[in-house]
Formats: sequence, C-alpha cells, structure tokens
Amino acid sequence: MTPREIADLLAAAFGQSVLESKTEGVPNPWAAVAPDRVRDAAFFLRDDGRLQFDSLMCLTGMDHGGGTLGVVYHLDSTTLGHKFVLKVKVPAADPRVPSVEAVWKVANWLEREAYDMVGVVFDGHPDLRRILLPDDWEGFPLRKDYRVPEFYNGMKVPY
Amino acid sequence: MGLLDQRFENGNVFITTADNLLNWARLSSMWPMQFGLACCAIEMMATGASHYDLDRFGIFFRGTPRQADVMIVAGTVTLKMASRIKTLYDQMAEPRYVLSMGSCSNCGGPYWEHGYHVLKGVDRIVPVDVYVPGCPPRPEALMEGLMKLQEKIRNESLVQRPSPLATAKTA
Amino acid sequence: MLTEFGQVLVFFLLGTVFVAAGLAFAWLIRPHRPYPSKLSTYECGEEPVGDSRIRFNIRFYVVTLIFLIFDVEVVFLFPWATVYKQLGWFAFVEMLVFLGILFVGYAYVWRKGDLDWDRPVPVLPRYEKGVGVREEHLAEEELSLP
Repeated sequence: MTPREIADLLAAAFGQSVLESKTEGVPNPWAAVAPDRVRDAAFFLRDDGRLQFDSLMCLTGMDHGGGTLGVVYHLDSTTLGHKFVLKVKVPAADPRVPSVEAVWKVANWLEREAYDMVGVVFDGHPDLRRILLPDDWEGFPLRKDYRVPEFYNGMKVPY
Repeated sequence: MGLLDQRFENGNVFITTADNLLNWARLSSMWPMQFGLACCAIEMMATGASHYDLDRFGIFFRGTPRQADVMIVAGTVTLKMASRIKTLYDQMAEPRYVLSMGSCSNCGGPYWEHGYHVLKGVDRIVPVDVYVPGCPPRPEALMEGLMKLQEKIRNESLVQRPSPLATAKTA
Repeated sequence: MLTEFGQVLVFFLLGTVFVAAGLAFAWLIRPHRPYPSKLSTYECGEEPVGDSRIRFNIRFYVVTLIFLIFDVEVVFLFPWATVYKQLGWFAFVEMLVFLGILFVGYAYVWRKGDLDWDRPVPVLPRYEKGVGVREEHLAEEELSLP
C-alpha cells in the first residue's frame, strides 16, 4: 500500500483523532494521532488485514521545545513490506501516553528508554523504570532544559 | 599484618635481597582482573591473544578480584559502573595496582565535555598507578604500560614508605 | 633400617612440613590490611543479596553416594590384586563372588535410574502470525525441571 492509502485508512478509522499527516516529499511518511487514541490506533495498525504492521522498529522520545514532548513510532510490516511512522505530542507538564506494550512486546524496553531519557510516562506499562541511567538519577537528560548535575553519589560529574 | 611487610625503618642487604626476590616474583606474574568496559576491552583482548601474547609475561586474566593483582580499567567508566568499580577494587587483595587504559578512563575521553553520565577519569575513585593514553591504545602501547608497571613494582621495597593505599582504610 | 610403616611416617611428615613451610612463608611476607569493604562478599561489584547457602538438586548427593560405594569396592580390590597369584584359584573365585554381589547392586542402581543425568527440556513459546488478526501472546510455559 502506498503511504497515502495508509494515512487515509487511518483517518477513515479514527476521524478527528488523526491530527495531521504528511506522506509526500518526506523520506518517512507520518501521521500524527491524539495521545488518548494511540493504543487503539496501534491495535488497528497491527491487526487490520490490509496494513499488518507487526513490527515496531523503533520508539523514540522527543523534546520539541516550548513545553511539548513527543513520541515517534516507526512501524514496519514484514508480511506486506510497507513502513509507516506514527507521531504523538503531549504537553511537558503532563506527559502521559498510553503504552503500546500490549501491541508490540518490544515496546517494553523502548518505552522504558523514552521514559528514562525524556520523561514521557506510559500508562499501562507493566514495569516503567529507568533502563540506562542508575535508578536514583534525577532528571531527564535528553530534555532541552537539562542541566548536568554537579555531584552524583559523591563523584564530581563535570570535567 | 605480615611479619615482614613494612616493618623496617631502613634497609640492609638482607632486605635488598628479599626485595629483589619478592619484586621479581610479583612483576613476573601480574594477574589482571579482566575489566573490559568498552572498546578498549577489544584491544585488551587483542593484546592477550596470540599475536601480541601477554601470557609470555606471566599475565593471564582472572575472573575474580580475589585472585587478581592488577585491575586494567579498559573503557568508559559510567557513573552507574563507578560504584561497582570501587567495590571490586576494595575486594582485591594487596599488593594491588590499577592501570588506566584508554582516554575514557584516564580523563573521560571524548565524553569529557557533554557526557553527563561519564566519570571523567577513573582516578576520581581509585588510585591509579599507570595511565596508558590512546583511543584505543594499540596493543604495543598497553604492553608498554604493563612494562612501566613492572618497573614500578621493581622499585618497591619492604622498607616503610608513605603508601597511597593508606587512604583505602577510610573506605 | 626403618620398618615399612616407618617409611610411610617419614613420607607423611615430609608432606606436612612441605605444606606448612609454604603457608608460613606466605604468611610472613604477604600484606594483611583488612577493612570492611574488602571483606565483603563478592558479587560482581553489587551489594550481595540472598543467602549463600543455596539448595541444589538431590541428584548430586545420589551420584556421590554411589561413587563412594564403588570406590570402596575398588579399595578392596587393590590388596587382593597384589597377592592373588600366590593364593591361587580359591582367592580368584572368592573375589568373583564379591564382585558378583556388588554387580547386583550396580544393576539395581542402573535400572532404578539413579545413573541417568536428566536435563530439563526447554519448551519454546509458540505464537501464530495470522493474516491480519493475531491472538495475544500465548503465555510462556516454565522450563520443566525434574
């Protein structure tokens, strides 16, 4: 299926929740979904017979600046051979996104990384805790307004 | 406290001979605790492999700090790993030495400026005896570092000297 | 000039002296500077968790016991082997009877399955990739251990 058709299918199924899409002139055609319908959209994308996105290739947490965080899902269909990108934006004051761990099991660790680095909280995730940084680290390093701490457990951090 | 270990105020010919014997024994069989953390570990493995053989110096890697003499810190030291390095260094039995391999463990390496998670140099947590620069150092460079450590051991003595290990007592 | 047992005693004493001298010399020259962190239990740098006394499978105990019994049998074979030529047919047949009794025990142990070393059979998770609709992941069964 062409990216335009995929975006149209998504829009037909979810109507107002599909906020925006861009499928021409970009290397990765994408569609943006409202945060509260992310899990439903994920199930639809995986289970629909024409789409069959059975592989979540990558899940990335983003800081768009200006008080907005986001999550980007790169999806791939190993059976039908097409790719698509799903984007979600949430305010930094309350960055909650439904977890897609029930849809693709790999999201278990990918969402933990997004939480660890950017601070996006995934509702319904069975085990949301830091994965790369130590458990008692404070702050989310990949946010634009992150400042390097002076000391960590008695060790001086800056050079 | 060992009966002969650092009980003497000044040397004599007996001490010199004993020194030579002990130092020769210690430097001819330095057993590193394998501590490869990142890319320098690959070079360390290459140095231990057959082309740049380390076994001919009596050096072969032990898996546990209890049986090791020297800890070769090869690779980037993250803050998460740093507490484990300190514990493992504490669990090594004296005489023990630390060889810092590569620029990440010397001074933070390429992560010195923006690495929020990197410890800028393993000498912030353990006393280092030899620094081997490089990113990664070639096997010949690591071997030169080990030769320098052998030189350092050759100059040790049973005669009392201010020991950098004395600070370890406060751990 | 020494009896046979005298020679064994000298051998035993020399062995003891050899070991003791090595340990004593090592104690003389090695540094001894203990502190709490050095004496803590090794667990790859982490804080040690759990008890060091773990439960292990009973099959190790069974195999050890069987080994012990047949090892004692072999110990009995050694002195017989040095003198049976002089004792002739009687000693030979008597040893065969002894071995026969123990062979019955060996057959029993074999038949009972105490010599088998069972390994757990891994159960691989199964999932189906249907066209379009897929079921939830089926729960992975635990590895079965005897």
